Amino acid sequence: MSTHLASVRDDAATKGVGVRLTDLRRTYGTVRALDGLTLSIEPGELVALLGPSGCGKTTALRVLAGLEDADGGRVEVGGRDITAVPTNKRDMGMVFQAYSLFPHMTTRQNVEFGLQLRGVAGARRRARATEMLELVGLETQADRYAHQLSGGQQQRVALARALAIAPQVLLLDEPLSALDAKVRVQLREEIRRIQLEVGTTTLFVTHDQEEALAIADRVGVMRSGNLEQLAAPRELYARPATAFVADFVGLTNRLAATVESGRAHVLGASVPLLPGSAQSGAASVLIRPEALAVTEDSNGTATVVSSSFLGSLGRVTARTDGGETVLAQIDNAAVTGFSPGDRVTITPRPDAALAVSAD
Amino acid sequence: MRLQATRRRRQAWFRRVVVGVVGLFFALPLVAMVEFTTRAPGGGRSLDTWTTLFDLSAVDRDYPELKTGLIASAGLAVLTVVIMLVLLVPTMTWVRLRLPGMRRTIEFICLLPLTIPAIVLVVGLAPVYAWVTYFLGESSIWLCFAYVVLVLPYAYRALDAGLSAIDVKTLAEAARSLGASWFTVMWKVILPNIRTAVLLAAFLSVALVLGEFTIASLLNRDNLQVAINLLGKRNASISIAVSFAALLIAFLVLFAMSFVGNGRRLRRVRRSKES
Amino acid sequence: MAELTAPGTTVAPGRPTSRRPTGALLGVLPFFGYTAIFLLTPTLVVVIGAFLGDGNRPSLGNVTALTQPQVVSAFVNSVVLSAVTAVLGAVFGALLSYAVATGRPGGTLRRVMTALCGVLAQFGGVTLAFAFVATVGMQGFVTIWLQKIGVDLAGSTWLFEPTRGLVLVYTYFQIPLMLIVFLPAVEGLRPQWREAAETLGGSTWDYWRHVAGPILAPSFIGALLLLFTNAFSAYATAAALVSQGSPIIPLQIGGALSSEVLLGQENVGKAMALGMVVIVAVVMTLYAVLERRTTRWLGR
Repeated sequence: MSTHLASVRDDAATKGVGVRLTDLRRTYGTVRALDGLTLSIEPGELVALLGPSGCGKTTALRVLAGLEDADGGRVEVGGRDITAVPTNKRDMGMVFQAYSLFPHMTTRQNVEFGLQLRGVAGARRRARATEMLELVGLETQADRYAHQLSGGQQQRVALARALAIAPQVLLLDEPLSALDAKVRVQLREEIRRIQLEVGTTTLFVTHDQEEALAIADRVGVMRSGNLEQLAAPRELYARPATAFVADFVGLTNRLAATVESGRAHVLGASVPLLPGSAQSGAASVLIRPEALAVTEDSNGTATVVSSSFLGSLGRVTARTDGGETVLAQIDNAAVTGFSPGDRVTITPRPDAALAVSAD
Repeated sequence: MRLQATRRRRQAWFRRVVVGVVGLFFALPLVAMVEFTTRAPGGGRSLDTWTTLFDLSAVDRDYPELKTGLIASAGLAVLTVVIMLVLLVPTMTWVRLRLPGMRRTIEFICLLPLTIPAIVLVVGLAPVYAWVTYFLGESSIWLCFAYVVLVLPYAYRALDAGLSAIDVKTLAEAARSLGASWFTVMWKVILPNIRTAVLLAAFLSVALVLGEFTIASLLNRDNLQVAINLLGKRNASISIAVSFAALLIAFLVLFAMSFVGNGRRLRRVRRSKES
Repeated sequence: MAELTAPGTTVAPGRPTSRRPTGALLGVLPFFGYTAIFLLTPTLVVVIGAFLGDGNRPSLGNVTALTQPQVVSAFVNSVVLSAVTAVLGAVFGALLSYAVATGRPGGTLRRVMTALCGVLAQFGGVTLAFAFVATVGMQGFVTIWLQKIGVDLAGSTWLFEPTRGLVLVYTYFQIPLMLIVFLPAVEGLRPQWREAAETLGGSTWDYWRHVAGPILAPSFIGALLLLFTNAFSAYATAAALVSQGSPIIPLQIGGALSSEVLLGQENVGKAMALGMVVIVAVVMTLYAVLERRTTRWLGR
């Protein structure tokens, strides 16, 4: 562990290391929390692990931190195999979901804690702590205690504390889940800004897909202990690899279709297929609401059920003559033109979509 | 390789040693009590003491003071709990609803007996009980008045925790707006919702009453502990047997109660662990 | 706050509820009346009586009587006995608390230990005294067993001496009380604190020295004070064990109350009681202060 602590700017130059998790396995009783998870994080990258409760994302993070043992597999940081290294020697900074600030210490003392353990001298320690508190915008709260701070402030202090030791890797375990919605949005932007400034390789665990898409360089969607897809947010959204990813990230319509020769016939139109789709026969096509156009048509094949004006956009729910319910997202000005009972035609955009066998 | 597992194993080892040693210390007198009460006159084991204890007619004949003491304590336990509940539940609810400023005062008074131990209280109670005897006679049952004071701190804490867990104000207001009398509010709305707290307060009170010796002895009245003490001078075996029986029953009740209260909390703990 | 009115009527918002303050006070009258008779009056009897001498005239005679050698030694014995058993109970009780806390929450060990300690802490008194007589008394189980292997427990009156026997007996209910009072504090230690300390580079020792230790310290000392008060106030156990003399203050008070005292001496008992109250009150105040700090930190 290095006691040479330059300013925050230098952290980026010296600290960007790569992380590689290889074939991690972890079983609790009969539950397979991790099922052969393999994942690489590039130096300076922020990877978000996204998934429902019980998918193993937190377990993966804790194995990386050393707080959980893996039953099998390897953990490498900066090319070094640290699978057998205890937590307190791994040089990682961690921000927990809640309650992690030491209650008997002031904010400043909390931030200085890691430095104190490393034997950093008083003056340097104070300077570094001040710098960290300025980075998260809490230098005025330096002498307050945890219970005197709001949830958002506490998490910022936790972040400052984790970064004070200039760790090789930054780990964030659902840091925003316990906060109010508005604070969440503000704080996630700040976390991303700070992470980019400091340049630390970061693993961010969350169950909130908007969060993951908003701040990550790449997002890994997990299910039942393994990755379903690991890709940049745009890729994940537009070209989901599996139905689970398409369902979990953003809203999706599942529409009946028939598939042949690389195209799907749905809603009276034909769209190309994404790789990984079912190739023939009856299938369900997964189409995003914003990929559907709605036009008034007295000869149309669907009836409007409801329409909502949501400020910056509009939503129309319609029922096809075939009995399917379709959600379309349209221009906020146009949505006022649709009322329940109107006959409409719904047309998919010619973008590629994912099809799964209708079983 | 398995670092967390090693730590867990070390903790388990520590746990077993500490609990083992302390458990032995706890168990020794308990074992001794059983051993003592099962001694046969010429060596060897005998269940005579225990069979005598359960032979109610024999107890009545040979150890009348035990019978009086037991009956007195049983009555005291019931009466103390009733008075305590009648006194505390309405008062505490009322304070929450109408006089929140009084809460600190009530709390202070209820916790005062912690600072005024029984031995001190009994000194001051002597003249008060002279009046009680004047009006109500010399029966031991009137010790209940003093006992309610002794249980105040424990009962208050238990009931306070229970009342804090429910929204007393909203419940009472809702009931009143539907036309309920204050009695109905207490009996049908508040009380059922603080069941566990009431049970706990009642149990703590019973435990205290059954174990109380100081006030009963120094005010020259009968109760279980006084009886056991008197009996001990005559027949150590029986008195030890009674003590052990009382202990066992109290333990079983407390153990059973730990399932009642914690059920809800436990399910929440288990659910939060899956993520 | 809205008025409580029958359904169907309109409500005027913003009207204060305390339009009949005296009415509301009626509700707490029974409580105050009861405690006035059975709690406050006895307290006043003791406090005032301590300063009343012959023929109920104000006098400091009782207080000076407290300086008699046997009273002073009784106070000293009481304090020493309470302090020693408080420390013993606190240390072993804390270890036990930690051991139980590391077990599964809701598991059998925790249930059994909590129930057992709940009973043993109230155990006190006569039952406990007899239990120890059965163990290490003249005919005690352990005494006989030790005699068989050649160890003679220096006569059997050691049990009745405050310095040795009473210490052992008192510790028996001090440790369980410690568990009951201290276990919640140990369980209040959040796992995130340990994990945070670890990720920041701390060893187990660092964690205890810088985090868990300081956080638990107020609870520990508070519990220690509570144990002191508990032992100091105990009467029944000693009354059942000690048949000759009154080596500790509670026994002195009991003696003053139950024996026939000379006129003019009867309020000495009250002075002793007052002395006890003063000592206990000081300790309990310290305890209350510490408790407030603990609640803040452990968020309970």
